[in-house]
Amino acid sequence: MTLISQLWRTATFRLALIYLALFGVSVAVLVSFLYFSTVRVIERQTDETIGAEITGLSERYRDEGLLGLRAVVVERSSGQRHSLYLLVAPGDAILAGNLDRWPSVATGPSGWLNFTFGQPVGRDFETHEARARHILLDDGFQLLVGRDIQQRRDIDALVRESLVWALALLLVFGLAGGVVMSRNMLGRIQAINRTSQDIVAGDLSRRVPVTGSNDEIDRLAVNLNHMLDQIEQLMEAMRQVTDNIAHDLRGPLNRLRTRMDVTLMERPTAAEYHRALESMVGDTEQLLATFNALLRIAQVESGVRKSFGDIDLTAIIRDLGELYAGVVEEKGLEFSLAAGDELTIWGDRELLAQAVSNLLDNAVKYTPPGGNIWLTADYSNGHVTVAVADSGPGIAAEAIEHVLDRFVRLDTSRNSAGSGLGLSLVRAVANLHGATLRLDDANPGLLVTLVFPEASSASERHLSNL
Amino acid sequence: MRILVVEDDPEAARYIARGLTEAGHLVETAADGESGLVLARDPGFDVAIIDRMLPKLDGVALVETLRAENVATPVLFLSALGEVDDRVVGLRAGGDDYLVKPFAFVELLARIEALARRGDGGETRNHMAVGDLELDQLTRRVSRANQVINLQPREFRLLEYLMRHANQVVTRTMLLENVWDYHFDPQTNVIDVQISRLRAKIDKDFDRPLLHTVRGAGYVVRDSD
Repeated sequence: MTLISQLWRTATFRLALIYLALFGVSVAVLVSFLYFSTVRVIERQTDETIGAEITGLSERYRDEGLLGLRAVVVERSSGQRHSLYLLVAPGDAILAGNLDRWPSVATGPSGWLNFTFGQPVGRDFETHEARARHILLDDGFQLLVGRDIQQRRDIDALVRESLVWALALLLVFGLAGGVVMSRNMLGRIQAINRTSQDIVAGDLSRRVPVTGSNDEIDRLAVNLNHMLDQIEQLMEAMRQVTDNIAHDLRGPLNRLRTRMDVTLMERPTAAEYHRALESMVGDTEQLLATFNALLRIAQVESGVRKSFGDIDLTAIIRDLGELYAGVVEEKGLEFSLAAGDELTIWGDRELLAQAVSNLLDNAVKYTPPGGNIWLTADYSNGHVTVAVADSGPGIAAEAIEHVLDRFVRLDTSRNSAGSGLGLSLVRAVANLHGATLRLDDANPGLLVTLVFPEASSASERHLSNL
Repeated sequence: MRILVVEDDPEAARYIARGLTEAGHLVETAADGESGLVLARDPGFDVAIIDRMLPKLDGVALVETLRAENVATPVLFLSALGEVDDRVVGLRAGGDDYLVKPFAFVELLARIEALARRGDGGETRNHMAVGDLELDQLTRRVSRANQVINLQPREFRLLEYLMRHANQVVTRTMLLENVWDYHFDPQTNVIDVQISRLRAKIDKDFDRPLLHTVRGAGYVVRDSD
């Protein structure tokens, strides 16, 4: 692609050209207008002066006759270079004046004429232009009065020439400016294009260059980079999920496969077959539970608040307390439930119940017999808070952040049931509700707190809507 | 029972049909919504199992059409979509139950049996009895061998559900959905513990147990072993 066609394809260059054309035309119109109006005024002034002089001289002729006129013409034409006079007798015999002959051009209307004559400059002659008017006197005598307008013509030419040059320069500079400007823009946009192509080709770490000028293109670049950051983060999160799925599903799948292979090799009895199949069903059930938990987390993390409404948190907490009371008691744990009255928040009943249920599952799983589990919900300082605490081993301070990641189970034995996804779901649900999830040391044990945002208390939300 | 299966995945349809036949049912299958609708207009089916996403005619549209034509066959939706909203859409269209794939086969069996019995008009009964165990929905009175048994409100609802489906296997998921209105599976055996507490109240002092555990499936209330 040639530079011109490449330039022509850029919007900036086309704009620059259009502006240049418009600007050039308007400057030309303006200057021509000024030029012609000035020239016209000067021409009129010259004509008026000549007219006035003719009038004066013809009055003198009327008063004092041919001799008087001749005396005046002789007087006025001596030493004059710019005013021209000529008084001739019939047959063009010169009686007085500073022209050496009668101009040989046709006379226009009212006796006006333009002609050229030789003006002595030192020892040479220059051809000068002149404008004059002549009148007929009695008996075939004629008088001509004029002005040397060579200087004016020279200035005209000079102005015209300058105008042409100015326009030419304007075009050159404008064109050059347009090229430079559009090449600059083009360069920056091509940088963005190149980056985009690299990203499409797979290098997500590339970023659009930012000049720091904070102009439109710069802001576009900054926004694109923000978008790319976001996308990269999401891709990274997805990659991690995939890795984790691969990790956590591969193990059980492999065990299942091995169990099948071994069962086939052992030539088992019908009863043994039956037992093997039953345990395989158990394995697949565990796999499906993990799979479903992952899908659920993905759904929650997609952030769609489809089934949000005002929900009675008090009822949810008391319900779950009742549901879990038996299990807690059976394991030899003490269960304390305290839920404040009429706690209403803006949220998804099902998801909140599942989140609290996950927390209770963990508490039951990790607290040794003889311990305590607390489930509380209350309202204070404008926040609704739900907390689950246990007297189990707790989580070491340095592991607390880590534990929210998917698939982390601190007992690596993998003997206890559960996909290791419980807290991840709790975190996803908390995020969806704009709630803060805190894990603290309960001394001993673990204290998990969900603090809902002020506006999620339904009454306040309604107030803020007013 | 005569069961209609409308499922576009041939492998899944074959396994469902085989499992249902194995369980003693008569099965007919359709692979798309339009042929499914033609078959489903036959009022002789006890239950229809319909996939939500079908070629030609969507499962939801199929059931809406059926209901508009006053075909009352109980419908169980099968779906890969498991969100509460999807469930609500399915039930609103005229479905009677909603099962998310993948599922355990016992879950499917238990649910279609529950649906087919519901067609008998069983749920309008206010007074239910299994053996000498009696439950009255209006007075909320439960008694066994004329001895009054005191139940917590939730225990009453649990027993009520089990007795309404007497002689049918009821899964833990069905109990969670119908008694607690939760559509997720807790990782702990909360339902088992609730059942054992209920059992302690209705069976413990009597020779003949009525609330039985069905291994690998769920629970059943019945007056025989």
